[in-house]
Amino acid sequence: MASQNLQSVPAELSPEEQEREAAGQAYFDRIISEDSRIEPRDWMPAAYRKTLLRQISQHAHSEIIGMQPEANWITRAPSLKRKSILMAKVQDEAGHGLYLYSAAETLGQSRDQMMEDLIAGKARYSSIFNYPTISWADMGAIGWLVDGAAICNQVPLCRASYGPYGRAMVRICKEESFHQRQGFEILLELSNGTPEQKQMAQDAVNRWYAPSLMMFGPPDDDSPNSKQSMAWNIKRFSNDELRSRFVGMMVEQVRVLGLTLPDKDIRFNEETKKWEHGPLDWNEFKEVLAGRGPCNSQRVERRREAHENGAWVREAAVAYARKQAQKENAA
Amino acid sequence: MAPHGNPEAPASAASEINREAPKVAATNAEGTTTAPASGPDVASHGAKEETPWSLWEVFVRSSRGLSHVHAGSLHAPDAAMALRNARDLYTRRNEGVSIWVVPAEAISSSDPDSKGSFFESPQGKDYRHATYYTKSEGVKHL
Repeated sequence: MASQNLQSVPAELSPEEQEREAAGQAYFDRIISEDSRIEPRDWMPAAYRKTLLRQISQHAHSEIIGMQPEANWITRAPSLKRKSILMAKVQDEAGHGLYLYSAAETLGQSRDQMMEDLIAGKARYSSIFNYPTISWADMGAIGWLVDGAAICNQVPLCRASYGPYGRAMVRICKEESFHQRQGFEILLELSNGTPEQKQMAQDAVNRWYAPSLMMFGPPDDDSPNSKQSMAWNIKRFSNDELRSRFVGMMVEQVRVLGLTLPDKDIRFNEETKKWEHGPLDWNEFKEVLAGRGPCNSQRVERRREAHENGAWVREAAVAYARKQAQKENAA
Repeated sequence: MAPHGNPEAPASAASEINREAPKVAATNAEGTTTAPASGPDVASHGAKEETPWSLWEVFVRSSRGLSHVHAGSLHAPDAAMALRNARDLYTRRNEGVSIWVVPAEAISSSDPDSKGSFFESPQGKDYRHATYYTKSEGVKHL
């Protein structure tokens, strides 16, 4: 492992600096090989820092943008109970975004800068949030499938080699399980309702199934960063491995719902002991990621509006804090 | 303070905190200097430059009888807002009965580069642990 992580030391470093770099690298390699954790003030390879910063900030952005598809239904939730649940869930997403921005900040990037990148359209976030939520059943499908896929992805991240990221994920995973259960419950109630309600639930599952499988990222042979991330103990399992595991869980659960998954190619491969699924449209994935999905511009525009409309509140809070401090000093 | 009460009157420790928003780049207690506190590059869409909210570290006491434990960090313009934000961010599910917020820049930490030398003194001092004493094995209540 050590040899994989070794980076060429730039020539312009002084002998002392080179020595420090080499000692840092050796220390880093040892921590990783012991499966221990790297903390913010430890020496780390520039590429490790960059990879983490990209992954954690994209993850944070996903939580923040992820508030929108669901917030869309808060005013139209079918009961006060469902409305309260949905508001709690959307509030959780905001919290998750903030935990993750904090983790990213320990790598030396300011939250303000990350927010600027997001609303300037320079940052990426999960492709899933660029699909529209057109019926109430979508709240169920998002909770069950989208949060389900997220949990599958995030549980191994609790053991990510970067301490602050792992700790943020522990907190997030604890909260996320309520999200999936409430989604499952929405679908179950619709499925046991009128034929129209059942049809609405099935339609939502049909639309969210493939995009949620794509949340695990491109297939292993087309995922250039995966190998390095696994060598660094950031990722613990490959995209395809997690996707297959997720399909297996959904196959069981969809029966309880009395619905079906829109994929006739699902099967358990007795040889590999893995679940297999039908082909996914990776061109669509790339298009959505590149900003040409159904809701990309709407999502970023909305975030920008919210950020800019909130500027006066942030400024007023700063002005108030300053005034109070002056009063205290004068007293 | 009631869990959802008005934190206008901050808990005792917080009232002693210097409430002036620090103007220097804050250092996260976790380590690295976060954010050169220079304003974001907002020229691209015409918003004006804002004063960034400073960084606070949050400690939560999960129940009576336990210590406050570091929960995470957040941004706020002053201690009162930091407490409110901490309540909303870190105690949405009754995770705490008391919160401390501390300006991140007020925390001093040991130097990570001196790990070895700073912490080496207990090494070779096994006799400070009960497990060092083996002759009493098998003797009851010892």
